[in-house]
Amino acid sequence: MATDHYIEDKEQEVEVTLEGDGKTINFDDLKSGGFIKQKQKNLFTVRLRCPGGNIPTDKLIEISKIAQKYSRDGKGGEIHMSYRQSLEILYVDYRNFEKIVEELKAIDWKVASCGPRVRVPTACGGCTYNPNGLVDTQGLAKMVDDKFFGTPTHHKFKVSFSGCPIDCSRTNEMDLGFQGVIEPGYIDEKCTGCTICAEACKEGAIVSDPETGKPIFDISKCIYCADCIRACPTEAWVNKRIGHLVRVGGKHGRHPMNGFEVAIFIPDEKVPEVIEKTINWYNDRGERGERIATVLRRVGIKDYEEFMGDTFKDCRIHKTEEEA
Amino acid sequence: MSDNKEIKADDSIDLLGVVCPMNFVKAKLKLESMEDGQILEVLLDSGEPIQNVPKSIKDEGHKIVEVKKQDGHFRLKIEKIP
Repeated sequence: MATDHYIEDKEQEVEVTLEGDGKTINFDDLKSGGFIKQKQKNLFTVRLRCPGGNIPTDKLIEISKIAQKYSRDGKGGEIHMSYRQSLEILYVDYRNFEKIVEELKAIDWKVASCGPRVRVPTACGGCTYNPNGLVDTQGLAKMVDDKFFGTPTHHKFKVSFSGCPIDCSRTNEMDLGFQGVIEPGYIDEKCTGCTICAEACKEGAIVSDPETGKPIFDISKCIYCADCIRACPTEAWVNKRIGHLVRVGGKHGRHPMNGFEVAIFIPDEKVPEVIEKTINWYNDRGERGERIATVLRRVGIKDYEEFMGDTFKDCRIHKTEEEA
Repeated sequence: MSDNKEIKADDSIDLLGVVCPMNFVKAKLKLESMEDGQILEVLLDSGEPIQNVPKSIKDEGHKIVEVKKQDGHFRLKIEKIP
């Protein structure tokens, strides 16, 4: 039985001859293309590209048909939902790769990646349909998929988007994560002292004045979830600033690490710049096989923050000497 | 809402002891049975119900026109908006 399931980490090229037609398959190409070797001889997992985990129902039907045909050769096939929101067609014979890619192409669907590169971004529902969502995580995931997917890096590079501080997309354990935040602003004339905001705030950042019922706001306790804004019956709480909390250098795996919070209220339009510069810093300072989590701890977070320069202007969490 | 002048309700629903999201669903159904512009009075518990229901009522487009806190629960008046 084949036990070579660490093919992802192999440096040397492995070539196999396709039986019958004399073609060769380069395993390095395979892993960049999202074909992952299984324990079973000749069988691979085909990982599909599903940015943000949303799949139109008509496409899902077509994907199912392809999976039905090629997973276990049509007998008891299976799809696995990966931890990073991708569909994975299991038990696919490598001799069917060309056909499966062709059939996926015909329904305008692509195969994902593995290996040392920018992976398919993950995201929660975000503001498009989740009541807690503050930002358009799905739109941003698609942007990352279009613009950065497959960019070579020293090791895997995972980006995720969470719509609010509940952080379902676990930005804290991503190479680079963006979590929606809204800073509340308060308009006293509109406040009727109803105390609902103080009840709605789960962080104890708002307490009601015992006399007037009006809010006493402690911004140091605020995590920018906007519950107060959403609960206020009279629009006395409003959106003052909207954007993303940026976390960098988190990871899971054998040695999990939490990300560093480096910027807050980064607007949507600056997100591509943050990703591009972060990848540039990582590719410049890192070494082959090193995650950005390790690079940041080896080189120092300060070097990264300086490198980001004006990209983090007015959004820094650690103020520069000039700003402080 | 801190003044003593009360808005008159056309109907009322007691949601004390009703958990989320059933409390919201019940309020929503009640509102659906009413005319536009009418006022529904809702009794809501502190804690999760008062944290969640007003947000959902607003998301549906209705207007919370009065809030009174009494004995550890809330008395809301909601105007039905089409």
